[in-house]
Amino acid sequence: MGSYMMKRILVSIPLLLIISFLTFVFMNLSPQDPAEVVLHAQGVPKITDELMTQTKAELGLDKPFIVRYFDWLVACLQLDFGNSYVTGQPVWSLIGPAFLNTLKLTVVSSVVIIILSILLGVVCALREGTIIDQSVRGFSFFLATMPPYWLASLMIWYFAVKLDLLPTNGMDSYKSYILPVAVIAINYAGIYFRVVRSSVLNHLNEDYVLYARACGVPERKITMHILRNSLQVAVSIFCMAIPIILGSTVVIENVFAWPGLGSLSVRSILSRDFPIIQAYVLILAAAFVLFNTLSDIINAAMNPKLRKGL
Amino acid sequence: MNILEVENLQVTDMNTGQIIVYNSSFHLKQGNCLAIVGESGSGKSVTCRSIMRLNKPWIHQSGDIFFKGENVNHLSEKEMRKKRGKNLCMILQNGMSAFDPSCVIGVHLRETLAAHFGWSNQEIETKMKKAMESVMLKNPIETMNKYPHQLSGGMLQRIMIALALVLEPDIMIADEPTTALDTISQFEVIEQFIQLRERMGCSMIFVSHDLGVVKKIADDVLVMKDGKIVERGDISTVFSKAEHEYTRYLVSTRLEVSNHFRKIMGRV
Repeated sequence: MGSYMMKRILVSIPLLLIISFLTFVFMNLSPQDPAEVVLHAQGVPKITDELMTQTKAELGLDKPFIVRYFDWLVACLQLDFGNSYVTGQPVWSLIGPAFLNTLKLTVVSSVVIIILSILLGVVCALREGTIIDQSVRGFSFFLATMPPYWLASLMIWYFAVKLDLLPTNGMDSYKSYILPVAVIAINYAGIYFRVVRSSVLNHLNEDYVLYARACGVPERKITMHILRNSLQVAVSIFCMAIPIILGSTVVIENVFAWPGLGSLSVRSILSRDFPIIQAYVLILAAAFVLFNTLSDIINAAMNPKLRKGL
Repeated sequence: MNILEVENLQVTDMNTGQIIVYNSSFHLKQGNCLAIVGESGSGKSVTCRSIMRLNKPWIHQSGDIFFKGENVNHLSEKEMRKKRGKNLCMILQNGMSAFDPSCVIGVHLRETLAAHFGWSNQEIETKMKKAMESVMLKNPIETMNKYPHQLSGGMLQRIMIALALVLEPDIMIADEPTTALDTISQFEVIEQFIQLRERMGCSMIFVSHDLGVVKKIADDVLVMKDGKIVERGDISTVFSKAEHEYTRYLVSTRLEVSNHFRKIMGRV
C-alpha cells in the first residue's frame, strides 16, 4: 500500500508540470500584450514604443519563452505568482484570502453533499420501489433541476427577507454559510445520491450478498460489506466533485456576495489581469490532480485489486 | 424419512407476471442426494433459492416447504436467518464472486461462524484449519488471509465446502458447483462432495446440467424444463428408461458427446 501511494504521487508530478506549461502557453497566446495591459492600468495617456520596450524589460517579457516559463514555475513553487498587472499588489495577497474563503465554502458544502448523498442513496436503495424511495427521487429531481441562481434568490427571499432568520449575503458568522451551502448541496447531492443508490443496488444483486445471506450472516454486517464496495464508485465522484465545486462557485459567490475565488477570477478576466488568471487556473488544475490522486489512493485502500494496477 | 418436503411450490416474477416454477412438489430423503437437472432458465436455481427463501423481493413464492416437518414459508425472517447456514447451507456456482472482493476470505468465514456459534476467534481458526486441510487446501491460515482474486475458482469452491463441513448443515444445497471450473478442478470438487456426504451423512440437493457429474453423486433425479418437473425417479431408472422426451434428449446428447470423445481419444 505504501509503495502504491508513493508511485501514485510520483505519477502526478509530471502531470502537474504539463498543466503548468499549458497554462503558461495559453496565457501567452492571448492577443493582448501584457505590457499594454499594465500601461493601460497605470493610466498612461499615450503608449509609445519606447515605453512598451521599457515595461517589457521590467516585467521580464523580453526574455526567451522557455526562460520565462522556468522563472515563473520556480517562483510559483514558492507561492510567488508575480504582481497583479492592475493593482500592482502581489497575486498571492489577493488570491490567498479569496482562495481560503472559497475553500471554506467548498469544504462545508462537500461534507454536507457527501453525508446527504450516502444517507439518501443507501436508504433509497435498501427501500427500493417504496414510497420513501420514490418521493426522495421525485423531490430531488424537482430541486436539482432548479438553476442555482434562481434557487439561491428564492431562498434569500424566503429565509433572509421574509422570515429574517439568516443573513442575505457576506460571510460574517456560521449563519452566513447556511444558505450558500444549502443551494450547492441541493444541486450536487440531488445528482450524487442517485449514483450511490444505483451502486448499492448493483451490489445488492451480487453473488457475495446471496452467499452471505445463505450462510446466515446478520443483515447488518452484510449491509456494511455492500457499503464498503459500493462506496468505491462514490469516492471517485466525491473526490472529483470537490475541485468542480471549487471552480464553479462563481454564480453562488456572486449571488451571496461571497468574497471568494469566483468573484476575483471574473474581475481579473474582465481586466485581463494575467498573473491572477494564471494563478487561478493553476490552483484549480492542481486541485483536480490532488483530488484525483487522493481518490485513487482511497480506492486502492478500499479495493485490494486496484493496488496491482501501477 | 423425508427431511425436506416441497409441496405445490409456485414461483412468480411479480414485475412481469411470469411464472418461473409451476406447482412443483418433491421431497428429499434423509441422507440422500437429489439432483435437479435441466437447461439454463428451467427454474433449478430459483427452486433452490425458494427453499432458502432467498429470492429477490419481487419474486413471490407460494406453496409449502416442510423442513423437518416445519413449514419454512411461515417462519419469520429472523428465524429463517438462524436456519440458513446452520441447517440449510448453500454452495454457489461461482466461487470467484461468492466472497466480498474487498475483504480477505477469513472475514466471511469468521462472520458466518460467529453468527451461529459462540466460538472465539482462536476456536474458529482451529476448526476452519482442520476443515480446510480435509478438503486438500494447503496452508489454510495463509489462504484465509488472501483476497478472493488471489485464489482460484476451485480453491474458493473448496473453501465453501470446508465452511459447510464446520457448519454441519442438515441439508446442503449445491447450485451448479462445478460449472465454472475446469475439468481437473471439477473432479477434485466432486471428490470432496462425495467425501462430504460420506463423512457427515448430510442430505444434499445438487443442481447441475452435467449428467456425468450427476450420475456420480446423486441417488434421485428431478428433470426440469421451462419451470416444470418433467421427470423424476432414481438415478438408474431415469438414465436407462427415461419416459419424457426431453430426458431422453439430455441422456442421448450426453452419450453422443462421450462417444465422440472416446472416438477422438481412440484415434490418438
